[in-house]
Amino acid sequence: MIAYILRRLLHAIPILIGVNLITFALFFIVNSPDDMARMQLGVKRVTPDAIQKWKAERGYDQPLFYNAEAGGVDKITHTIFFEKSLKMFVFDFGRADDGRDIAVEIKSRMGPSLAIALPVFILGLFVSISFALLLVFFRATYLDFAGVVLCVAMMSISSLFYIIGGQFLIAKLWHMVPISGYTSGLDAPRFLILPVIVGVIAGIGGSTRWYRTIFLEEINRDYVRTARAKGLSEVVVLFRHVLKNAMLPILTGVVVVIPLLFMGSLVTESFFGIPGLGSYTIDAIGAQDFAVVRVMVFIGSLLYIVGLLLTDISYTVVDPRVRLQ
Amino acid sequence: MSAITAINGLLPVVFWTDALIYLLLACIVALGFYVRRKEHLLIGWRRVGESRIGMAALTVLLTFVAVGLLDSLHYRQQLEGGRDQQSQYAVEVLSLLDTIAMPLKKRTEKTYSAPFALDAYAKETVELPDGAQARVLPRLKYGGAHLKSPDDLTRDVATKALLALLPAALLWLGISVLVARRCGTSVRGGWKDGWQRVWRGETRFAWNAVLITLGVLLALLIPLAALSDSYHVFGTDKVGQDVFYLTLKSIRTGLVIGTVTTLVMLPFALMLGIAAGYLGGWVDDVIQYVYTTLNSIPGVLLIAAAVLTMQVVIDMHPSWFATGAERADARLLALCLILGVTNWTGLCRLLRAETLKLRELEYVQAAQAFGVSRLRIMSRHILPNVMHIVLISVVMDFSGLVLAEAVLSYVGIGVDPSTISFGTMINNARMELAREPVVWWSLVAAFLFMFALVLAANVFADAVRDGFDPRMRLRPRRRPQERMA
Repeated sequence: MIAYILRRLLHAIPILIGVNLITFALFFIVNSPDDMARMQLGVKRVTPDAIQKWKAERGYDQPLFYNAEAGGVDKITHTIFFEKSLKMFVFDFGRADDGRDIAVEIKSRMGPSLAIALPVFILGLFVSISFALLLVFFRATYLDFAGVVLCVAMMSISSLFYIIGGQFLIAKLWHMVPISGYTSGLDAPRFLILPVIVGVIAGIGGSTRWYRTIFLEEINRDYVRTARAKGLSEVVVLFRHVLKNAMLPILTGVVVVIPLLFMGSLVTESFFGIPGLGSYTIDAIGAQDFAVVRVMVFIGSLLYIVGLLLTDISYTVVDPRVRLQ
Repeated sequence: MSAITAINGLLPVVFWTDALIYLLLACIVALGFYVRRKEHLLIGWRRVGESRIGMAALTVLLTFVAVGLLDSLHYRQQLEGGRDQQSQYAVEVLSLLDTIAMPLKKRTEKTYSAPFALDAYAKETVELPDGAQARVLPRLKYGGAHLKSPDDLTRDVATKALLALLPAALLWLGISVLVARRCGTSVRGGWKDGWQRVWRGETRFAWNAVLITLGVLLALLIPLAALSDSYHVFGTDKVGQDVFYLTLKSIRTGLVIGTVTTLVMLPFALMLGIAAGYLGGWVDDVIQYVYTTLNSIPGVLLIAAAVLTMQVVIDMHPSWFATGAERADARLLALCLILGVTNWTGLCRLLRAETLKLRELEYVQAAQAFGVSRLRIMSRHILPNVMHIVLISVVMDFSGLVLAEAVLSYVGIGVDPSTISFGTMINNARMELAREPVVWWSLVAAFLFMFALVLAANVFADAVRDGFDPRMRLRPRRRPQERMA
């Protein structure tokens, strides 16, 4: 098991290097630091001096891969590639355009992101699986049909409308909670409850349908017939047999996203004014802060790879037949 | 993007996305002719055609497509006076839809106005005849301008709507009779028999569903069009543009994102997926590495990174584009390409898995034994047998892409802000709910049209999936969260 995990971690390295190269190519080769400087400084102030100064402030004034002017090891290390890309592997992210340390910023913003994403994830999982089991219990009836129609309708609505509608109804018309904002501490739930509810409702349609298909696939298996033949009630069959056996396909889709919860949700966070990583990314995109976007891409892919590994490990937990080697 | 010779004072302009849309249309028509002759391919489509709900959805979808196609024929008008050799053309690029809806496009008010409103949204200071000044809600310049008194509003709207129902009913009857004539069996006689067969549901193709949907659509859209001639049926937005016009224009953007994206990624996914599955070895390793790497970057972030850099490239080369519309179109195309890059991995993986399965089947091994070249086996023996997967995933991706556009435009990495799309509409409208009185109409209009489009696409996609792969009926769809993590 440990050997397997180590090997998987080794496999992750070339992928991370690939991600690194892709982002490096996008940000430094497709458009040169000069272009970026011109874009950031605007049309009026573009003098060669201003561009040089902008680049020097951010450390973009070095050669891309090979610094012929420096001596010794510096030939490699005093380059944009080493400074900006390779250093990410040791979590040295450098500074954002506004001069703040990106690593510090990320650490402080992880909490609010998780405060939204984790409840949405857990509640969403619980609600969707319950609904799906309900639909499967009443399968091939009008209730099931109506449920599926509702699911398809709900997944045809853009998540933006759920957020806008929730804010409008609950916060503006009924004044139950503040429209947006965030505090830490005991007062936090007042701000969190609306984004969490909206997040759960927005996800119900798609995931309920997804779980329903998984359960329906299981319910035609022989072991279910055996269980029924033993005289077990339908409820017991569903919860004890079908649900347990459906865990494998469910885990495939679910565990991958757990590490990504740290990243938060871009849209939800920025609508509700929550100072998490999602709104950090959106602000960076809006301000064209390439350094932050690059770091977020790197962290995102790192977390995704961790998620894949967790998925494989979780298989061994729920299914003793799976052996990792 | 080339300017072809001018016809009749109109200079046709072909945008890249237009060209791709017509290429796609040509592909679909060619496919249609090809399938007509192949019985084994027709079976799947017959099953799709039997699905009532699927055909109802298709009718709705085709209505959207028709609007989108009208909006994809672009031209520039010749300016007055320049009749000599060096004629001048207007900078503004118009489409056929613009021409049809020119009244809508031209009748801009000063600012917001509610649907069917006669008065403006904001009070203005006007000078009264006796010289004094007063704050009043001024009458709109165009909305209901023909009415003598505001009390006539309800009556006028009702009459106009009812009068418009008449041509709608006639048109619907005409189409129904045509359908009935086609469905009548020659043994039992003409269209009367066909009429009965259609409404008893005896036809194999679900004509009754199509006709009912068509009836509902005509009954909604023709009165709407008639009313929009003298009112702002969905109100006006902040700068006074008619919201109905904006929603019509958004349709094309949504369709382009949903279809062109798949069109550009399809060749890669097909070639790489089949090559990885069939050739195996280092080819497989390399291709798997490429798609795992691309897949491991969260989609939104990769799109953000790519769009940001693309923006810099476009902004740095203003000379590439003759008009602002061309620039916006280039950005739309770039967005499609980027969405394609993030989206092809799923299909590629499916194709690789299916090819791995097919590779071991007897007919492929027989071909190998006969010494058929690998390229030929892949193109003649494997490719046709994975096409159902391609078809299913293409129609399934469509709705997700339309939804993604709205989110991306909100994040600021979607289409050009000057391109009218559902995303930009929502983005401009979302702060309006905070106003007093609430400006709800742009959001509701965008919601209704987008919901109809995506719902129809989802339902049709399910019908196609059920028709082409009965085994897939129980196979779960890709998890929605995965796409827009």
